[in-house]
Amino acid sequence: MNKISVIIKREYVTRVRKKSFIIMTLLAPILMAAIFTVPTLIMMNQSGEFKKIAVVEDNSTLFKDVIKNTKDAEFVYLENTKVDDIKKTFEKSGYYGILYISPELVNTPNAVYLISKNQPPIGLLQYIENSLKKEIERQKLLAYKIENLDDIMKNVETSVSVQTKKLDEFGVEKGTSTGISMALAYLLGFLMYMLVFIFGAQVMRGVIEEKTSRVVEVIISSVKPVQLMMGKIIGIALVGLTQFLIWIFLTVGLITVLKTTLLPKTGMSEITQSMPQNMMSGNQQVEGSVKTVEMSPQALEFSKMFDSAMNQPWGLIIVCFVFYFITGYLLYASVFAAIGSAVDNETETQQFMLPVTIPIILGLMVAMGTMQNPESSLSFWCSMIPLTSPIVMMARIPFGVPGWQIGVSMVIMLISFAAFVWMAAKVYRTGILMYGKKTSWKEMWKWLRYSG
Amino acid sequence: MALFEAKNVTKQYGDHLALDNVSISVPEQCIYGLLGPNGAGKTTLIRIINQITGPDSGELFLNGKKLMPSDVQLIGYLPEERGLYKKMKVGEQALYFAQLKGLPKAEAMKRLRYWFKKLDITDWWGKKVEELSKGMAQKVQFVTTILHEPKLLIFDEPFTGFDPLNTKVIKDEILFLRERGATIIFSTHNMESVEELCDNITLIDKAKTLLEGSVHEIRSKWAANEYDLIFGGNVNFEGNGNYSILKQHTDNNRSIIRLKTTSEISTNDILQTAIKSGNIISFNPALPSMNEIFIRVVENRN
Repeated sequence: MNKISVIIKREYVTRVRKKSFIIMTLLAPILMAAIFTVPTLIMMNQSGEFKKIAVVEDNSTLFKDVIKNTKDAEFVYLENTKVDDIKKTFEKSGYYGILYISPELVNTPNAVYLISKNQPPIGLLQYIENSLKKEIERQKLLAYKIENLDDIMKNVETSVSVQTKKLDEFGVEKGTSTGISMALAYLLGFLMYMLVFIFGAQVMRGVIEEKTSRVVEVIISSVKPVQLMMGKIIGIALVGLTQFLIWIFLTVGLITVLKTTLLPKTGMSEITQSMPQNMMSGNQQVEGSVKTVEMSPQALEFSKMFDSAMNQPWGLIIVCFVFYFITGYLLYASVFAAIGSAVDNETETQQFMLPVTIPIILGLMVAMGTMQNPESSLSFWCSMIPLTSPIVMMARIPFGVPGWQIGVSMVIMLISFAAFVWMAAKVYRTGILMYGKKTSWKEMWKWLRYSG
Repeated sequence: MALFEAKNVTKQYGDHLALDNVSISVPEQCIYGLLGPNGAGKTTLIRIINQITGPDSGELFLNGKKLMPSDVQLIGYLPEERGLYKKMKVGEQALYFAQLKGLPKAEAMKRLRYWFKKLDITDWWGKKVEELSKGMAQKVQFVTTILHEPKLLIFDEPFTGFDPLNTKVIKDEILFLRERGATIIFSTHNMESVEELCDNITLIDKAKTLLEGSVHEIRSKWAANEYDLIFGGNVNFEGNGNYSILKQHTDNNRSIIRLKTTSEISTNDILQTAIKSGNIISFNPALPSMNEIFIRVVENRN
């Protein structure tokens, strides 16, 4: 045991000290934080740039002042102006774009154009579409000459948003969001795939390094080959966990810092704060400021997400993730170690890599499919088969998996992980001492049966 | 008493028989040569001694007791296929190997300082292995092999990669270690160093032992009653019924004669005849070199 810890220490320390490790460890959270933050920033800032838009109609005033100004867009209605005239002076005019509304719009839904230099933001388009649609609807209704139409309209106006709830085994309803479950499933499945693959491949490279540098025979005269193999596998697993933990801390830290410094006014904290009173006071607050009215759908959405995220079975997820990471990683890493031992250099690994890569990729693909249909029998079986179960099961868990299935899958995983490590150790023991011979699968099968 | 014994060791890899009923017995404080052509099974035997692989049948004894997994602490092994982690620093690496052999860190540091100084490689302590010359790396490797002061040392081709100067340094260290009580198994193709260093040898070819015993005995046995006789000046020495002249030539104003006795005749009798012929510079039994014996034994077999 003591010797294994010496090996683990070396494997760990030499890797953690590497420049590439330090750079990756520091850079990845910055990238991750960027991935999380930049879209929000863009979303927030899209509205930040003030846009002046010229509205032009052909010989009509049907839609005059229909589109109200918002805090980041001003709609200037130009009467008696031709589109072509404006186009000529467009450069100097300072307009962001020209909205041309044809009188045909009432009957032809696409008889409206927004001409601009840049691709206009989706939000702006939706706003214009909504405004025009409402106006057309209003005008069509007006044609029926209904009395008190305005009052009726106000009374009729509603908004619907489907809330999903999941019944847990105690019959308690919990607010969930399919979106969050999907995102989580994707994240967990992909994370598992990355960890198993990246660090498994590192094990293989480590074994090849020891073999090509001929250091291996010196070592196995002091320790058992299995000890060397397991020491390496565990050492690299610890490197992975270290990196993973640093990533989480740095990413969370960075996101928090970015959110609070870059988005002080419209930050998430404000949304969450303004949210409960919004929800409780309901309709009464409609006459509040423009800003709150604008914020409330976002806030509502966010509160739903937040609620749903909190309602995920986090305890189960963490326990399962740790379990499947450890067993899945050990299973694949031992196979990678066996492959590394059987070849003389990295280019020779190709022929052995394919059969190992296929189950992993398959697992990932099934995991993606799981998001569409978590109950499918393909997902079920792939979450039982040990080569794919770490990825697929992690993707299934956010959608809810019966306890017995997790149990069976774990037992299968434990048994097969032990079997794989045992077989890999046998191949490894013979492989590391074989030089200059092209190894085949048949050869490896023979090594499995050599006596100690 | 034998420090190490292997009895009737057999090992098979698939269809290939690597060792067929091989036995060796290594006396304490002896330098024991393990000889044989490439692919004879030497490395397999050495790996079995190091418990890297196990024999199919046969028994191994260290100090009269069955060889145990924990005995790796008592063995130091310098394999032929040897190397170091290229990206690791020399000192750290030496320390790592010492710890793998079960030495506590402080003790390992103390001994490493001693040996690095003795072999004049202290300056290389903080350097990465890839910056070292081959000879330097070999020296580091040698230190890591002997650092835990094992009772049994196994060197597989220890001198490859060394210049003559460093070869001498390492030879002296091997002899020094023997003085301090170590027993050494030494595998090489360099027969000169066998004559120089080894007390006993075993010659293995195609998985079988062909020759075994002390170097002196083997050479005497193969000498087959031949002698080298050297005269000063140009001397014509003729054979008689008791001995025949195999070859005769002059070189540097000396006459060198190889003769073979053909009957039970004492060396004194030969000398008495020789004295009359001229001025004797030397008279030696013509021992065949280990090289010759090696080639003859292996070729005879085929």
